[in-house]
Amino acid sequence: MNLTLLLSTALSSIGTNKLRAGLTLLGIVIGVSSVIAMMAVGRGAQVSVTARISDLGTELITVRPGAQALRFAFFGGGGNSDVLSLADALALQDDVFAPDVRLVAPENSFSGAAVFGAENTFVNGVGITAEYLEARNLSIASGRNISNTDVQNISNVVVLGFEISETLFAQRNPVGATLKISGREFTVVGVMESQEGTIFNPDNSALIPITTAHYRMNNGKGLVDSISVSSINILATSEDTVDHARTDVSTVLRLRHELGADEDDDFLITTQQDTIETLEGTQGTFVILLGSIAGISLLVGGIGVMNIMLVSVTERTREIGIRRAVGAKRRDILFQFVAEAVLMTFGGGILGVLVGWTIAYFGDGASVDGDIIETVIETHIAFIALAVSVAVGLFFGIYPAVRAASLNPIEALRHE
Amino acid sequence: MTTNSLNSVPVPVIELTEVTRNFQIGTHVVKALDGISLTIEQGEMVAIIGPSGSGKSTLMNTLGCLDQPSSGRFVLNGQDVSGLSDNQLAETRSHQLGFVFQSYNLLPRETALSNVELPLKYSGGYSGKSRRAAARTALDRVGLSERYDHRPMQMSGGEQQRVGIARALVKNPDLILADEPTGNLDTKSSGEVIEMLRSLNEVDGKTIVVVTHDPEVAEAMKRVIAFRDGRIVEDRIVTDRATPITDYNVDSEASE
Repeated sequence: MNLTLLLSTALSSIGTNKLRAGLTLLGIVIGVSSVIAMMAVGRGAQVSVTARISDLGTELITVRPGAQALRFAFFGGGGNSDVLSLADALALQDDVFAPDVRLVAPENSFSGAAVFGAENTFVNGVGITAEYLEARNLSIASGRNISNTDVQNISNVVVLGFEISETLFAQRNPVGATLKISGREFTVVGVMESQEGTIFNPDNSALIPITTAHYRMNNGKGLVDSISVSSINILATSEDTVDHARTDVSTVLRLRHELGADEDDDFLITTQQDTIETLEGTQGTFVILLGSIAGISLLVGGIGVMNIMLVSVTERTREIGIRRAVGAKRRDILFQFVAEAVLMTFGGGILGVLVGWTIAYFGDGASVDGDIIETVIETHIAFIALAVSVAVGLFFGIYPAVRAASLNPIEALRHE
Repeated sequence: MTTNSLNSVPVPVIELTEVTRNFQIGTHVVKALDGISLTIEQGEMVAIIGPSGSGKSTLMNTLGCLDQPSSGRFVLNGQDVSGLSDNQLAETRSHQLGFVFQSYNLLPRETALSNVELPLKYSGGYSGKSRRAAARTALDRVGLSERYDHRPMQMSGGEQQRVGIARALVKNPDLILADEPTGNLDTKSSGEVIEMLRSLNEVDGKTIVVVTHDPEVAEAMKRVIAFRDGRIVEDRIVTDRATPITDYNVDSEASE
């Protein structure tokens, strides 16, 4: 039997029991469409995470105390580890040792409650220098940034995140107002623009001079140079020099920390690219998980196909006998039943891709519990899903087909 | 045991030599065919009769290349088919013989034309067009020119059996095997089918072997072979059509 004849025979056999074929197909349609839709949602999440990180600027490099230092800090009970200091940050601005570094913005942190009149809210306190906003790609909505004069003077000035401003001052402009953070009075000099929807949401942040954070909020001691920082934000001169800048930073810090050649870094350098890769990896796992769950329904659909094919072989035993008697070889019977199974799963696959695409298309931008779902439709996923559905047909169709082909023609003809 | 046919054709269509076919049922061995030697020449028209369990159906399955002898030689049109593989047997069925069954064995959802086309689908070299042309010719030959597009359910038993005969004819084989072809038919339809088989023998020169328990059918053939317990108990040429055939324990049941 040639292929055309084989397919038309298989198709007409499928057509004789349309309801049954339709229900069997439905299993595959559900399986394939859920794979397509899940993958679209998963990829959408991945892409949007990447986009949000890229918003921060791809030339951003972050230095934090290394794992060892953090452990020490944990056992020591201190807040910030003392590994990175303001002097380290200053050293990184050196054009000779770190030529590929454009901007250095050290930060430390504190926490506390901000109180204005009867309103109060917890803040995510960040001690910064003037460069911080540029490094984190943030901008001022009204008022001004923390200046380096503020840092030198250890001024009690604060730039509020959008949400804090909303909570404490409602619609009023807070610039010039005085509020209390952890009992100390601060003058509001500026408010940041809302960054809702970004990964590192600063809307709950209160930015104050890094010196104020150290000496006033964290009760730190020592000279300005020795102020410990929780991280240093660095911008490379361009996206292309990020790797060079990273090497520069590493070299400078190792020198400053007097690390021997056989000693590990006591700091951790992360580029945006690293972050993107890490998050994409995590998201990738998520996508695979989603795909696998959907894949299980495809598997169940496949079992449905096998079940129906086995019933079909039993029902059509006599037909098989007739075909064998008039000259069909075993493989003709085998191919016919495999073709039926594959045609069903392939048809189901095509419908499933269409349904999955429709779901992904209309699901794009849908809101679930306030989260916007983004979907990304990828053509190659559709081809993979189709190939898998054909493979499912082959896999689950083979056994019934082998049973059909191995029937004894004499007994098959006698079958009622 | 061998009897020469009326026509003297050099190569016999069927040549069985000491053919046995044993079936194991538990520890018991049933000899369905017990050393059959038989020659059927080109152009013969043979009835095989016998009671249930006499082995005539087993013989039919063997002649039809659906089954293989346990021992002995079966030469079909000069080719020894005893040792052929499953695929080769299918080829032989496809090219050298046509089957007519008691219960017609048509595919119920297919039209008459499509049913007759079926054997052609399993032998290469036919386009859709040539298949349909051959099927039409075969249906015309059995007088069903008006029934191409009818499904089995829409036809009488006699018509269905004629579709079955057309299907057996469509590849123009020399040998047609019919297993109780009138078993499901009323007297009138039976007569039509017998006439059809006779015509195929006399007009088209086909060799025809019919298994039957119907004396009228046997009477209509040119040679009658009687079976009992896996052996041939009588083999005679029918000269006088009026001779009743009642001596061979032909029972009223259908063949096994």
